[in-house]
This record gives sequence, structure tokens and C-alpha cells, in this order.
Amino acid sequence: MASDVKPRVKVPKQAAAGEVITIKTLISHKMESGQRKDKEGNAIPRSIINRFTCDFNGENVIEVTLEPAISTNPYFEFEAIVPEAGEFTFTWYDDDGSVYDTSKKITIG
Amino acid sequence: MELTRRSAIILGAGALFAAGLPKQGSAATSEELISAFTGGAEIGAGDIELTAPEIAENGNTVPIAVSSGSAAEILVLAMGNPTPNVATFKFGKLAGSRAASTRIRLAGTQDVVAIAKLDDGSFVQASSTVKVTIGGCGG
Repeated sequence: MASDVKPRVKVPKQAAAGEVITIKTLISHKMESGQRKDKEGNAIPRSIINRFTCDFNGENVIEVTLEPAISTNPYFEFEAIVPEAGEFTFTWYDDDGSVYDTSKKITIG
Repeated sequence: MELTRRSAIILGAGALFAAGLPKQGSAATSEELISAFTGGAEIGAGDIELTAPEIAENGNTVPIAVSSGSAAEILVLAMGNPTPNVATFKFGKLAGSRAASTRIRLAGTQDVVAIAKLDDGSFVQASSTVKVTIGGCGG
């Protein structure tokens, strides 16, 4: 599973101090709900990302608990305050224990 | 046991109740989920907005958005799904607004409910009915 998971995030490169910016995140993941059955009628085991967090310089922006009802390739859009220049870190936690992360730097202009 | 009229009525009522159970199944769990989230507190209306399409052609990706002026946490439930829980958003110190949007799966036409825990500890909810046309001819 871990091989074909690719996180993508969209964060502006620059912001004014204290500005509220919009962040969009997408991660490729099949989000198998555990409800579907294969051709033989066996239930396909659940395999989803169950938690997503976004932090800026160690301060939390948002934390989301995901359930099987979140669509394939989970997408989130939210807003964050940028008090200073720094780095956003995005972390996704998979059911199988894998952790996917990515980060984006932002400067104050 | 002798089958009297009284016991027959009781049996019939029991059978009806049992037959009604599967339909109530997911509703009961969503009630449990709600009370687990609110701790049994009363849910009012007010400072929360749930944006969902009236008609979703594809139940696999239904875009929704939740927003609230002063929510600390927002719980989203799809009442008609096999597991009603959809997502919980917790807003941190640097959240620019108490709003988020995502895409969810809906098993069929149903109500989507968002419950917010506000900063003052009270709970508010909003709901929206989404029609899901799985056949997908835009009807």
C-alpha cells in the first residue's frame, strides 16, 4: 500500500504576517471501506487512512479523524493563520501503521 | 404454553418489534455516536453551517463543507450509511477559521448531520438531505 500513496498539498509560498491562508490537501489512497465484497463474496478488509493532522511550527492547525465514509483519495480544504515564516507539516496515518508526511515552507512577504 | 388471545398479541407485537429492528439498527448506532460525542448534553441549533449538494449523482464522492464561528470540534454523520460516522474535525490554535471541506461516501439518499462542540461547551447541529442518484443520468 505504501508504494502508491502520494500526498499533494497546495500552500501559498508567501503570506503577510497574521494572514489567513487556504490550504488544500489530497492524498492518493484507495480507502477500502471494509464493506465491499470481492467476486467470491468475501469481504475485502478495511484499509483506510484514519487520521490526518496539519501543524505549523509545532502548533496544531487541524486534526481530522477519518472513517470509512471518506471518499477514495481523501481531500481536505481548510484555513490556517500564518503568524511567522515557517513550515507546515502534514501527516496522514494509515490503518496498517504507515505514516505519510510532507511539508511546505512559507515566507513572510 | 397455552396460546391465549393475550399471549398471541404479545407474540405478534414482539415479532413486529424484532422485524422493525434492522431498520432502526443504524439509527441506534448514530444515536450512540451522538451521545458519545456530546456526553448526553442537549443539542441546539445555531452557530453551524453544513453545505452539501441537494442532489449527488455519484454517491462515492459527495463534496461537503462544514463551518461554524466558534466550534472546537465538528462531528459529521451520514445517517443512512452502514456505519454512520464520517469524520471528526478538531481545530487547533492556528486554524484560520472553524471550517473545513472534504468529500464523503453516501450509500443512498439520506440526511447528513454535522454536530459542533462550541468553545463554551454547548452543542449545535445542522443537517441536510442529499439525494443520491446511483444510476447517474443526472435525474
